[in-house]
Amino acid sequence: MPETTTNGHAQSFVGTRTIRPDGVDKVTGRARFGADFNLPGQLIGRVLRSPHPHARIVSIDTSKAEALPGVKAVVTRGDFPDQPSEFIPAGEMMMNYKDVVRNVMAREKALYEGHAVAAVAATSVAIARRALKLIDVKYEVLPHVIDVEEAMRPGAPLLHDDLFTVGVEPKPDKPSNVAKRIEIKQGDLAAGFKAADLVVEREFKTAPVHQGYIEPHAALATVSEDGTTELWCTTQGHYIVRAHCARLLGLDIGKVRVTATEIGGGFGGKTVVYLEPLAIALSKKAKRPVKMVMSREEVFKASGPTSGATVRVKIGVKKDGKFVAGFAELKYQAGAFQGSPVQPGVFCAFAPYDIENVHVVGYDVVSNRPKVAAYRAPGAPISEYAVESVVDEIAKKLDIDPIDLRMQNAAREGTKAAYGPKFGPIGLEETLNAIKKSEHWNAPLRKWQGRGVASGFWFNIGGETCVSLTVNEDGTVSLVAGTPDIGGLRASLAAVAADELGVPYDKVRPIIGDTGSLGFNFLTGGSRSAFSGSMAIVEAAKQIKSELCARACKLWEAKPEQVEFSGGAVRPLGALAEKVKPMTIADFAKVAGKTGGPIGGVGRINAQGAGPSFGTHLVDLEIDPETGRATILRYTVAQDAGRALHPAYVEGQYQGGAVQGIGWALNEEYIYGTDGKLQNAGFLDYRMPVASDVPMIDTVLVEVANPKHPYGVRGVGETPIVPPLGAIANAMEQATGIRFTELPMSPPKVLKALKEKGATKV
Amino acid sequence: MARVVLVGNLAQLTGGVAEFDLSATSIKQLFEQLTELYPAIGRHLDDGIAVAIDGQIYQDTLLEPIRPDSEVFLLPQIAGGASLS
Repeated sequence: MPETTTNGHAQSFVGTRTIRPDGVDKVTGRARFGADFNLPGQLIGRVLRSPHPHARIVSIDTSKAEALPGVKAVVTRGDFPDQPSEFIPAGEMMMNYKDVVRNVMAREKALYEGHAVAAVAATSVAIARRALKLIDVKYEVLPHVIDVEEAMRPGAPLLHDDLFTVGVEPKPDKPSNVAKRIEIKQGDLAAGFKAADLVVEREFKTAPVHQGYIEPHAALATVSEDGTTELWCTTQGHYIVRAHCARLLGLDIGKVRVTATEIGGGFGGKTVVYLEPLAIALSKKAKRPVKMVMSREEVFKASGPTSGATVRVKIGVKKDGKFVAGFAELKYQAGAFQGSPVQPGVFCAFAPYDIENVHVVGYDVVSNRPKVAAYRAPGAPISEYAVESVVDEIAKKLDIDPIDLRMQNAAREGTKAAYGPKFGPIGLEETLNAIKKSEHWNAPLRKWQGRGVASGFWFNIGGETCVSLTVNEDGTVSLVAGTPDIGGLRASLAAVAADELGVPYDKVRPIIGDTGSLGFNFLTGGSRSAFSGSMAIVEAAKQIKSELCARACKLWEAKPEQVEFSGGAVRPLGALAEKVKPMTIADFAKVAGKTGGPIGGVGRINAQGAGPSFGTHLVDLEIDPETGRATILRYTVAQDAGRALHPAYVEGQYQGGAVQGIGWALNEEYIYGTDGKLQNAGFLDYRMPVASDVPMIDTVLVEVANPKHPYGVRGVGETPIVPPLGAIANAMEQATGIRFTELPMSPPKVLKALKEKGATKV
Repeated sequence: MARVVLVGNLAQLTGGVAEFDLSATSIKQLFEQLTELYPAIGRHLDDGIAVAIDGQIYQDTLLEPIRPDSEVFLLPQIAGGASLS
């Protein structure tokens, strides 16, 4: 039976495991991803990339390449107008188009191995490759710096002569690689530590890790003689791609139409432009469509990853377990241009806990690596890993159950977050309780096995969102959304539309529209698309219901108070019910033309009211003392979803985040040689977890409704990658007796630590 | 008067003053009043600022109401999986 909610809607599909609308295409291979799109007469684009981590570009001679038969266009720095230094808001960090134009195509200097310095479009791959070899780039090789600590030292090779640290007084008169210093403070830190009975302080290091999406970046562009531009690309935000490309190439936004293809993973890494402006520039020059697809090596060397970092954490605690002071210092790599996720790292570090005295300092540091891109809950896994490790150590030192310790200090409704505001209704305690009540928590362990627990937090966001609902002639409903479907958006929105309009789920067909179809949509990220999209669907459905009621009044010669919309039909009320029969949406569809024309609604909102999501993870692992390899034996995720629109997809987010966190904790890292070149730019050497590496990830859906959303929804995609790093480090400590403070905890590192400790003592 | 707190580095633009009592009844008025007091902060308020009113974070909106007894925090915008730079 349909359940009636407080907002009066009869619901029957929200909260159920409906069949995904894109499922058949995905399992039959029909789904078209970025590299699947082709146009008649298209050229192949390829990028020439810097072999040096840091070099001044003295000259670029493309004449020989341009003369090669089959080469139709070559672009270099001169084809992209320089941009002024102007910061614009870009989520958790500001972006500067001066940097963006230099990242898509190097200008004065190549700042990392793999930095684009030229691109060609040719009639075949072979010709394009040959053309790249004919481009003569003269470099003046410069000293490079890779490590964040080394980059911060006085005398380190400088990437940018005009980069002066922001956030320090007095303002520096010399440039450095430290772009920014930020901090948050509350309470009296010194008094807090003075009052503590126990203080634990540790320093941690994390390696840069790539988002690891299976589908490489791909773009297909065609530019007509009048400047009209069409672009197909794999992205998390095609409106954002349109805005960036228009800005970088001096185009009117209205002349650029971008279609987001199906996406084979993004995780934050497809929120930026790399190939897209190059493909457009080449197409404009060649007057033919241009297709570009990155190789895996290019993906590793020239896109993403997220920051590596050094983090120092110090927590003061009373004997009874009450946290009284927390300090953290975060140094995050930004890559070649400023803009690491250190700001959210600072905010998130102590967010799960109610601590009166907090001080967190963060540094945004450039070095000769690819510019970092967002990666699920950007910045949060790093800082929260360090805090969760120290919390675990405190639990052991005070002999307090680690879940009880977290529960004692947990943020709850009314707690003042370390970053300022008070929390509304949140579900951290519920996730801790769910884990403690799980059978997993009490299962026995053997020698060399360990169990770890950790909690995590992410804010979640809303933002500009536009969707449309159109009632078709037969009463079916077309749903158009403008945020790429990464984690089940279409299924979730279709369920909401079906419930709002009272039509069967399979009569709603959701698609992702191109940028010409709808008003502006911010991208899929921040854990916002299902949250914001469902709010917009409610608005669009409201318009349809209002319109149908108005038409019914005209048809029935009734007053507004004599009709209501419920259960998929406009129903006459009172005496009118004796005279006329209810009209369903399908009934109206048949007479749409005769009653005023097509029926539809457009939800246009700037969604506010995102509710934070907390999660707690529990992991068991076993160490092989001969190899140092850690095997994940069992894993349970409990997280607050507010309300799970589509439980299977929410569980999928939990499982995916956990697995990515396992990779981050145990194996993944960018390895550089002393020459500043990446040594493991491929999946054989960059070890991500595969299905055989992990057990089934068990999930517990906690639902503490978000009061600001009509269905109680919270974003769920970011939080699940936050706790795994700490949970696994804590399990590792229990298994080995060693507190690992450097990620990844890869077999060589673990084996070395075991040997140093003496295996018999472990 | 609403209690207004600047989080993080924003206070560097107000001579170190991080807390204010302001009579603003909307985010728009709040920004105007702060800019009048400290012109240097104006440019930063236009872009990239989130406003938490009584615990609820608002981004890219000027029209949310502020009550006389509201507690307001100004902090950098928040995104995630979504940074553009």
